Amino acid sequence: MVLELDREPSSIEAAGSLTLEPTQRQELDRILLDGTLSYRQRVQQLAIFAENLAPMPPLSDAAREALDARVICDMFEGHAPYRPRYTLPDYAKALEQGSAYLELPAPQDLQEATWFLASMYANVPSITGYPVYLGDLDALLAPFAEGMTQEEIVTALRPFWRALDRMLPDAFTHTNLGPADSPMLRAILQLERELLQVVPNISLKVEPGVTPDALIRDAVGTVFACAKPHFINQPVMTADHGEQYAAVSCYNALKIGGGSHTLVRVNYMEVALRHEGDTETFFATTLPHYLELTAELMETRIRHLVERSGFYDHHWLVEEDLLRLDRFSAMFGVFGLADAVNLLMEREGKSGRYGSDAEADALAHRIVRETAAFVAERPQPYCEGFGGRAMMHSQSGIDLDVDVTAGTRIPIGEEPDLFRHIQAVAPNHAVFASGVSDIFHFDETARRNPDAVVDVIKGAMQQGMRDFTFNLDSNDFIRITGYLVKKSDIAAIEEGARHGSTYLGAGNEEQAHCTQRATKRVVAAERLAGG
Amino acid sequence: MRGLVSGTIPFSMVDGPGNRFTVFLQGCNMDCLACHNPYTIRVCDDCAACVDVCPTPSLQVVNGAVRWNAATCIGCDDCIAACPSSSTPKTRSMTPEALLEEVRPVAPFLSGVTVSGGEATQQAEFVQGFFTALAAEPATRHLTRFVDSNGLVDEATWAQLDGVMDGAMIDLKAFDDETHQALTGTSNVSVLASIERLAQRGTLHEVRLLMIPGRNDDLEDLERTGAWLHAVDPSMRVKVMGFRCHGVREAASTWTEPTRERLEAYGRALRAGGLTDLVLI
Repeated sequence: MVLELDREPSSIEAAGSLTLEPTQRQELDRILLDGTLSYRQRVQQLAIFAENLAPMPPLSDAAREALDARVICDMFEGHAPYRPRYTLPDYAKALEQGSAYLELPAPQDLQEATWFLASMYANVPSITGYPVYLGDLDALLAPFAEGMTQEEIVTALRPFWRALDRMLPDAFTHTNLGPADSPMLRAILQLERELLQVVPNISLKVEPGVTPDALIRDAVGTVFACAKPHFINQPVMTADHGEQYAAVSCYNALKIGGGSHTLVRVNYMEVALRHEGDTETFFATTLPHYLELTAELMETRIRHLVERSGFYDHHWLVEEDLLRLDRFSAMFGVFGLADAVNLLMEREGKSGRYGSDAEADALAHRIVRETAAFVAERPQPYCEGFGGRAMMHSQSGIDLDVDVTAGTRIPIGEEPDLFRHIQAVAPNHAVFASGVSDIFHFDETARRNPDAVVDVIKGAMQQGMRDFTFNLDSNDFIRITGYLVKKSDIAAIEEGARHGSTYLGAGNEEQAHCTQRATKRVVAAERLAGG
Repeated sequence: MRGLVSGTIPFSMVDGPGNRFTVFLQGCNMDCLACHNPYTIRVCDDCAACVDVCPTPSLQVVNGAVRWNAATCIGCDDCIAACPSSSTPKTRSMTPEALLEEVRPVAPFLSGVTVSGGEATQQAEFVQGFFTALAAEPATRHLTRFVDSNGLVDEATWAQLDGVMDGAMIDLKAFDDETHQALTGTSNVSVLASIERLAQRGTLHEVRLLMIPGRNDDLEDLERTGAWLHAVDPSMRVKVMGFRCHGVREAASTWTEPTRERLEAYGRALRAGGLTDLVLI
């Protein structure tokens, strides 16, 4: 690719063929000279740097302008996408048929199965460079552990579970469990409480009548220990995606055997700031204008990935039918809802704020509903995995987001009591097929009454909440967006941290003072990853 | 029928099993030095001392009575601080049905409802009406109905709640009656009778002991307490709570809080008396 840049070459630039802008040179130096980055972290950042020397896929002037002003955002995925943002390989099928590419036969016992999966993980791409989905590990491994007790499984699984955290040091790496109970599932929760690892992130699928209260209580106790799992609403999810879905990365619900090409997002706050006039004209003109620009950005990125990068023509996961293009779609992200609502309310001379005022809540729900209606009408190419349309996603932020609220959350410090909080946000959950998150805080008294937390989770699901995530302030884990970092790791960041996501957390911590607000929920952050 | 309600909490994790809607009724028949919410002890006597300190126009005297306007109240609690008689102007006179309406939207999130105080049984007729309404309503029928009480309650009052109350949590301030009188101003004879009575009927959920160093924490007394409770019911569930200065009136504000070690000593003394189901907080 010929790069037409007009600055003088620096010492590190190849003679004549490549010229860097001063900001690019600075960025390159930052990566090359930062000894606190691990080898892999540096390689990945260099790859992004190199990718971004290529021109972006074509965009209209309006879309380009909105992107430069970050009213709309491509999540800094890179100029020339060459792998889908998130992939969810069909691990069950792989375990059954073996893999020609990996030259591995179908595994016959638990040890073979875990090594088979570990070998796969090393070859599963995503935007982060690591797999964001490890499979529904309880269901995948249970057939290999028939007749084993929970204790026997724990012993057999412990090295594998440790290796997940050490080999895939990225908190966006996610496994799903449930909805049915099993010794394998209980063994995994037991290991989680014992090992206290950042990886893997976990979602427990909860289904009334299938998931026993005792299992939910065990999972609540696991949250007390290590801030995992999330609780996800199986009936709501299967209504959108069918049984073959999983929650990956940060609350991203996608089809197994498919995934999401990309994630683009619109900053409602920036849209509201650019709006002149009353609330009705916001819905009539300004909002649809920026939604269309977001859709355009999405479309051009999908086309590059599918039509030009060759990923879906050649990747081994596609060739072995473990990923299928017709099970992919893309995520239409939104964030800064609270800020937009409060701005629009102020313009109309009203003091009500999202989370504490019925009119503001109703305005918030309308913005989300109208966005969803737009997305449902706007065709996207290669999105057969969701009826030829993108999927709504409440995007929980990246570490560059300053003074803007994550997704559709209520701002930190303004959260009403738990019941009011759930009432305010629950109506949003119906439309965000590919994920939404509101993080709830429980104080230390919850530890003595896990049944109360079970009650709240079941109630929230009955109200239609898609995801229920809660945190205790007293453990060493802090939830940034949907991923975790250890408080002790943030404190140690200047010496270098093993998990890439810890850096994202550190940036977010500086901007949102989230560790100082440990008794509050945390805003979100993710760049180069997550979503 | 109306009850005088001091406040409600839609989600409470500390008032019985699971997540509970908790109602605080105004007025108490004890006057404990260690009371953690002393503004619920007496019913407002309309002295109007609070009206002048209200920073918003939320308190007014109308026909000689103090009226509170919840809509303009900012919740600063300056009125409670100014009250000379352990009360609050911020109470609501409610029917059982009105209270039920507050529970209804929260019901999917709950294991049950707890009526606390003040002393809940002082308004037993209202509690009975509220529990009956909860039991009759399909949306709230599944909720367990608990009372949090100081136990200074006579047989006729408990009998009023039979059939509609699923469980009671009884505070025992001290087993030794002299100590009990020093802390509360009243004898514990009917408290002990309440514990026996409820245990026999199977509606005693737990007994709570608030332990205050130097006031009611003699370890030999505590062992006798444990033995007596064990004799009443060998599987008695007992919650041992260390005294905390937070929220108490001035007289108790300098009292000592027990250390974790001291709390564990209480646990050992109670176990020596035979108890096994102990929670130390």
